[in-house]
Amino acid sequence: MPSIAERRAMSKSTDRPIVSIHDVHKSFGAIEVLKGVSLDVGKGEVVCIIGPSGSGKSTLLRCINALVPIDRGEIRVADHDVHKLKTDRELIALRRDVAMVFQQYNLFPHKTAIENVMMAPIHVLKEDKAEVEARARRLLAKVRLEQKADAYPGELSGGQQQRVAIARGLAMRPQVMLFDEVTAALDPETVKEVLVTIREVAEEGMTCILVTHEMGFARELADHMYFTDQGIIVEHGPPAEFFANPRETRTREFLSQIL
Amino acid sequence: MNRRLGWFEPLPQATDLPVLLPTAERRAPRSPAELWSGLPRIRLRAWHGLALGLVFTLSAGFAEAQTGAGRPSVVATLIKWTPLLFSGFLFNIAISVLAMAGGTAVGIFLGLGQIARRAPVRGVAWLVTHFFRNAPWLVLLFFCMYLLPFQVTVFGTTVPLPDWVKATFGLALPVMANVAEIVRGAVQSIPSAQWESAAALAFTRRQIIWMIILPQGMKRMLPPWMNLYAILAMDTVLASIVGVNEVMTLTGDALGAESRPELLLPFYSYILIWFFLYCYPIALWTTRLERRFAVDR
Repeated sequence: MPSIAERRAMSKSTDRPIVSIHDVHKSFGAIEVLKGVSLDVGKGEVVCIIGPSGSGKSTLLRCINALVPIDRGEIRVADHDVHKLKTDRELIALRRDVAMVFQQYNLFPHKTAIENVMMAPIHVLKEDKAEVEARARRLLAKVRLEQKADAYPGELSGGQQQRVAIARGLAMRPQVMLFDEVTAALDPETVKEVLVTIREVAEEGMTCILVTHEMGFARELADHMYFTDQGIIVEHGPPAEFFANPRETRTREFLSQIL
Repeated sequence: MNRRLGWFEPLPQATDLPVLLPTAERRAPRSPAELWSGLPRIRLRAWHGLALGLVFTLSAGFAEAQTGAGRPSVVATLIKWTPLLFSGFLFNIAISVLAMAGGTAVGIFLGLGQIARRAPVRGVAWLVTHFFRNAPWLVLLFFCMYLLPFQVTVFGTTVPLPDWVKATFGLALPVMANVAEIVRGAVQSIPSAQWESAAALAFTRRQIIWMIILPQGMKRMLPPWMNLYAILAMDTVLASIVGVNEVMTLTGDALGAESRPELLLPFYSYILIWFFLYCYPIALWTTRLERRFAVDR
């Protein structure tokens, strides 16, 4: 049995990146949110995007699974040319491969925790119900919520809801997981339980793209850091170098404010 | 401001969640009051029933005093006519249930049509909804009575359309339009984040509406829907104007046969009490549901 570190190393490959973003532009009305953003994420890599609010990080994340259509540029995720997708059928094919976890959890309040996890595999992937339920129970156990399988989201704490949301994403067996400031709405004492869960997901070789304000977590987990400001990527690099010797003034200013 | 947009106006483009654009026009949270969508709110109280009972007792006593010697008493006369009147009342209930069922079934789709992605669909749904919601119920009833044929032939089979069926159609139309508004309001009261997270899980738009949005909107829709039903149940008496043999028509017939003017008030208040007994529990339950759901949110 290979160790987690070895498995991660094995699942990483030097092949073409699984997510490839090239010169992406996006405006909302007169406001230009993304002004030519490019980044590549290799299979099994963990990439953290940081930056001040309003710098376009969340929009960039939503462009990857086409929740936000882009104006110009190219995005490729696995075999999907995201910028070319038009029909609902194509969009759905993409979103089956990309899971997303939101800041506000966004669980379905009328469904229990396990139903939240099971819904998409059953109705989107059309998988066998018994099989999906077994998987859902395994996933809830993995996020340490097997006891809460039949609880409604309203009965769970923020951290618990967020872990259900992570299990819900994993249940789709995606190739990429997007995390949009998933700890920003949590109480400080529940942040850790969610971060531990994300780390486990990452250590099993899942490709993860995180928008986060948790610098310590990013430094420890990320393979690559990106700093965005005013719609462009100001600086990027491996976390050790990125945090120790930021080259750009804006990066230094931001890091000094936040650390 | 929570301004309503006409279907002809373009949807706003300024949202950071364009996946939601079809519903973005009214994303501001709507107050529950708006879900009543312009219909009067039926607020029946127990004392309303008591007052009706008092009117009935007094008028019956008054009529009894005027009853000449040798004529049957007011109560005996009422009892004599009760089976017939009650059959008429059941007819009213039947019409209201059918009109509600039909109006709801079509109204749901009409409401969803108002938030469709295609502008022409939205336009037609908007027009239909607002036409039938703002037209007087009686006018719609007359329209159906005189415009619908007395029989229709479908695949070679001729189906007669008796007056009460036409009246049911006529009442179903405003129900449909009001249900459409209730559905639209409820759908738009669900936070946009629900659409987004469902879309991210690769659900189709149809799945999102039917599996995620409508079930959540249900508890918001139920109280105004029940209120609408109470209004409809009372408005079924409009059918008497177009000659359907429902309880009001029969009461008129009975009074005509008796030709004792003093019976008018006891008879009509008697019928009113029936309507009260039927609608009061509905109104009570509506208020209770409304309160419970208000706590939930």
